Amino acid sequence: MSELLSQGGYGFYVWSSYAMGLILLVLELAQLRRQRRIILARLGRLMRIQAGRGSR
Amino acid sequence: MRRRTDVLTTLFFFVIVVSLFPLGVGTEKQVLRMLGPGVVWVAALLASMLALERLFAADHEDGTLEQMLLTPQPLSVLVLAKVVAHWLLTGLPLVLIAPLIALQYHLPEPARMAMMLSLLVGTPILSLVGAIGAALTLGLRGGGVLLSLLILPLYIPVLVYGAGAVTVSTIDFADTRPYFSLLGAFLLLALIFAPLTTAAALRISIE
Amino acid sequence: MKLFRFSSPAIFYPLAGKMIPWFAALAAATILVGLFWAFFETPDRLGGTNPQKEYYRIIFIHVPAAWLSMWIYLVVAAYCAIGLAFNTRLSFMMANAAAPTGAIFTFLALWTGAFWGRTSWGTWWDWDPRLTSELILLFLYIGYIALHSAIDDQRRADRASALLAIVGLVMIPIIFWSINCPDPNECAALHQRSDMSNMEPNILSSMLIVTFGFWMYSFVAIFMRLRGIILSREADTTWVKELVAKEQGQ
Repeated sequence: MSELLSQGGYGFYVWSSYAMGLILLVLELAQLRRQRRIILARLGRLMRIQAGRGSR
Repeated sequence: MRRRTDVLTTLFFFVIVVSLFPLGVGTEKQVLRMLGPGVVWVAALLASMLALERLFAADHEDGTLEQMLLTPQPLSVLVLAKVVAHWLLTGLPLVLIAPLIALQYHLPEPARMAMMLSLLVGTPILSLVGAIGAALTLGLRGGGVLLSLLILPLYIPVLVYGAGAVTVSTIDFADTRPYFSLLGAFLLLALIFAPLTTAAALRISIE
Repeated sequence: MKLFRFSSPAIFYPLAGKMIPWFAALAAATILVGLFWAFFETPDRLGGTNPQKEYYRIIFIHVPAAWLSMWIYLVVAAYCAIGLAFNTRLSFMMANAAAPTGAIFTFLALWTGAFWGRTSWGTWWDWDPRLTSELILLFLYIGYIALHSAIDDQRRADRASALLAIVGLVMIPIIFWSINCPDPNECAALHQRSDMSNMEPNILSSMLIVTFGFWMYSFVAIFMRLRGIILSREADTTWVKELVAKEQGQ
């Protein structure tokens, strides 16, 4: 296990690379989920406003 | 009147940028000789880009551009005419002032020749390709910066071989032949394809 | 990734939604398998003409990222071409959805490339032709995304950025070639690292598996983004209104 982590002394470089990969992919997915919620909320609001105007 | 300003602004921008570098990197002859080709070419890229914004802007504002779309003449021919006119005002002056720049950077005689020649063949390519960017960003806010972002990657081959030709000419002028062949080929390709692409871009931007 | 008959956003939206979990599962599984293989079944050091120590294992994330960055640009340009040729809205939306993911892979390729360079060459950046080309690719992605964002009119935005993407695609071979071959007098093929036929099979296999995993991941991210784009753009249609009403619990 320690051999896996140290990678012949180059552990920092190797794992930083993979860490960045993981971070980017996770962040991208998280941002996309958040974006979906924002879009739905915004569209919902718009619809309610339009419905409000229509019923007058 | 507008024309004269165009020529002068581009030219002075070019000269200023080129003159600033020695102040930044030091005036040692060897360093300048080595950096000269690259610096001059980057300055040429920037100057060319600066001038591009105005390529279509004036005609767009007063409605002539829309008229151009309606005439029976193929749009690409009109575009080519505009680009040529534009180059005469903004590219050719750089070619003519090149010997002065070569002097500033202590470049030997063959390099001076190579510099003029590379700019002569290269700056039209910059104008032709740049026109595509100018057409795509027509009328947009932040147009100039956006234009630079879009166009600079496309300028790289011209930069590499233009500056390369000048660098190599200091060793042996005969070695520059492949560089100029490549640049010539690029110019030919640009002459054929760029006006068509620019015309398509204009249609997209205006319709 | 071909969308022949599904050029209607209304049809593609639920279809994409159903596919996402499958792609996600595949992505996770293959990436894990690939990395496991990469770290446990490959030699610790490489000899030969270009000896590398343990740090070479960065290759298993660097190369797949680079390949995906190039593949996705191709996909973007292809959908742009289809959109311009057939005037299909969904094609443009697809290109828009794919570009950010491609840019992210490009950035990852650059980052991991820099770390690899730091260990094997000693510097973080070396103007190595391959990395420089990746940098230019990043600029091309950013240009496409920037142009699209800068134009308010949807139709003009779609078509202008599409044209730009296609011009970029055409220019890529020329640009990459000029970076790789700045001296036409003696243009040697400089890709010592990419001689795949000589590569130890375990290395090649695990790299390909991770690449496949990234490819599966890209479907997930791109489809998620695409669904968001479809909702925004098709907001005025009945099906979207019904969907929003349902999702918002009204």
